[in-house]
Amino acid sequence: MSARYAIGIDLGTTHSALSYVDLEASDGENTAHGVLPIPQLSAPGTVEALPLLPSFLYLPHPDELAPGELALPWSTEGETAVAGEMARSRGATTPIRLVSSAKSWLCHPGVDRRAAILPADAPEEVTRISPLEASTRYLQHLRRAWDGAHPDAPFDQQQVTVTIPASFDPGARELTAEAARNAGYASATLLEEPQAALYSWIQGSKGAWRKQVKAGDIVLVVDVGGGTSDFSLIAILERDGKLEPHRVAVGDHILLGGDNMDLALAHLVARKLAANGTQLDAWQMRALTYGCRGAKEHLLADPNATTWPIVVPSRGSKLIGGSIRTELTREEVTAFITDGFFPRVEAGARPATRTRAGLTQLGLPYAQDAAITKHLSAFLARQAGATAELEGFAGRVSAEHSFLHPSAVLFNGGVFKSSILAQRVMDTINDWLYMEGAEPARMLEGADLDLAVARGAAYYSYARRGGGVRIRGGTARSYYVGVESSMPAIPGMEPPIQALCVAPFGMEEGGELELPGQEFGLVVGEPVHFRFFGSTTRRQDAIGDVLDFWGPDELQEMNEIQATLPAEGRTPGDVVQVKLHALATEAGTLELAALSPEGQRWRVEFDVRNSANQ
Amino acid sequence: MNTPTQLPGFWSRLSLAFGAFFKTAGDAEFAARVRDNGVGPVAAPAPAPVPTPAPAPAAPVPTPLRANTPESALQLLTLLQREARLIDFANENLASYADADIGAAARVVHEGCARVLKEHFTIAPVRSEAEGARVTLEEGFDAASVRLTGNVVGKAPFKGTLSHRGWRATDVRLPQLAKEHDASVIAPAEVEL
Repeated sequence: MSARYAIGIDLGTTHSALSYVDLEASDGENTAHGVLPIPQLSAPGTVEALPLLPSFLYLPHPDELAPGELALPWSTEGETAVAGEMARSRGATTPIRLVSSAKSWLCHPGVDRRAAILPADAPEEVTRISPLEASTRYLQHLRRAWDGAHPDAPFDQQQVTVTIPASFDPGARELTAEAARNAGYASATLLEEPQAALYSWIQGSKGAWRKQVKAGDIVLVVDVGGGTSDFSLIAILERDGKLEPHRVAVGDHILLGGDNMDLALAHLVARKLAANGTQLDAWQMRALTYGCRGAKEHLLADPNATTWPIVVPSRGSKLIGGSIRTELTREEVTAFITDGFFPRVEAGARPATRTRAGLTQLGLPYAQDAAITKHLSAFLARQAGATAELEGFAGRVSAEHSFLHPSAVLFNGGVFKSSILAQRVMDTINDWLYMEGAEPARMLEGADLDLAVARGAAYYSYARRGGGVRIRGGTARSYYVGVESSMPAIPGMEPPIQALCVAPFGMEEGGELELPGQEFGLVVGEPVHFRFFGSTTRRQDAIGDVLDFWGPDELQEMNEIQATLPAEGRTPGDVVQVKLHALATEAGTLELAALSPEGQRWRVEFDVRNSANQ
Repeated sequence: MNTPTQLPGFWSRLSLAFGAFFKTAGDAEFAARVRDNGVGPVAAPAPAPVPTPAPAPAAPVPTPLRANTPESALQLLTLLQREARLIDFANENLASYADADIGAAARVVHEGCARVLKEHFTIAPVRSEAEGARVTLEEGFDAASVRLTGNVVGKAPFKGTLSHRGWRATDVRLPQLAKEHDASVIAPAEVEL
């Protein structure tokens, strides 16, 4: 297999993009790269090549479109769904047939992500699809777009990287890898989005990044996308005279992004209109959200603008009499966006969490606190000791620091096209640093906010072949299985469990570790479940360590994992003693395997179904 | 797009396209000529797998006038209606509205038109000088891209004042259409169920 291109795919919550590096024309840190325009339906029978593919899927009614209107440059035989721009615009008027935010569903621990559940509020007659299937469709669309544009360099012969949020758990990572396989990706590697953003920045600087960061720097990547916010910390080490970025920590999954901001503004303006007696229907509400986005962008880009008009066009053909004119003021944008989503809080601020009402939750688990800066302060506080054991960082962290002190900040995501918002985040972080007597952090310049993730992913595909700088770091969590402790049972109490470390923090790709000592008895032919935990802070635990106690924030319980021994050649019901192995794959996923004394190997599955439903 | 001097520019072609459309629709003889010469409405080519579509220029014909396929013109109208509500706007009777109402609607039209122009065309000034500047036109200047006005006498080089910089479409990126797509539907009727 001789790859001509390194391809990077940003599989986003609201938009996807494909970027590439031409391997033959690239050398060292000078890369020849581009973004593939993606042919997609923008209206029935109309195909446009756009730089982004909106991550929406529309499932039209059989009578809804004239025959032949779904034609694309490639064969669409048997295709019943539409992906891209047309899906988004049509779906806005017919939301019951629109699949959106598939990626957020893909990491929703409370649902079966292989089950046909989307659109969540579709009526009976709509054939629903699974979050996995939706992701597969977007990836397939991108592959076909590539093959159409590069018939001489087929997609499956290129080096491909697909990005995921840093906060994705092993189950969601595995599902993304599976979606890529289902979409016909021969060998795709996964990369965390904040890392991709840093790669893109390194690539864009053409080598000058070495002047902008130095050994000992801690770069905070703040990535606020359309639907999610994602944080990562990357420490800059010096090894053998070369700068080497190490990703030392990742944040939790926060379902909060730019789209929430537009919606918040639209509801504000709609309330204002309602107070004057104008009620908006769903169609007008969508137009208003669109108008609010434009107004927000203008007001946040130009500090001198005080108001920006918004016109909600009439739905009928009488444009002039029927349109509604309103406006968005600077005070409103400041109150709702700058102070609402990016309040200037203290370092000790934490996002508010309420206990969820009700037992079942059908929708997505959106963040309950809209204040991104509070999520950020909680992240930095939790990671206060992230660099404590890193070489060259020994003197930089003191026990008195209440949070980890970043020295540079890299922004990513369209939200930060507004310099006001980027500045607000910088000011807030620098307030925190000032209070602890630390130097202010600086903003890394020259980030490409929209396409950085796709570009960075392509650069990573290139760097993996030895062409450029690589970020190290390995797995971003340590993992544990729950084992019942051998304490005497106490009536009315669940037997206490211990957490056994099965995969330590920072396992490098390709690394495999055996759990020493401990053996597990698996029953042939029966699935065995284990409770499964992850930690983003316990860096020191080695494989085989047993935890009796842990803080409430230290370990997060994930979905159960499950091992099934096939009955081949054995008597069902027999117990086989196995050892557990942890493997960080080259593709960027974590694999757990059970090995019998004879050397047979079975995969332990990350249970992606909701255990409560079983 | 590289336009030879004797060929009309993009905007002239656009107006030609409109003319041809109505003439074809209203004049059976003209329509027959269009059909027999194979220059008029021909089926849109099947979408080919190319990333940036460009409208196919009409084949050169021996007649001094040529007619563009109306599809591109209709497509542009579709875009202008979809993004800017241009047809709705143009069909309104302004007499019955206050300027404030017209202004509100004009924002929709202006913003949408600008978006269509930005997304589907690359438009650059013909002359890079500032308007009001003195310019000299050497012999053999491109008469299609510079229009002489006023005291047009003598011979080149001509000296004068630039009153309008002119516009030139350097790139056109109209969407591709499906084979069966009916471009004459500029905006479908909407029925809410």
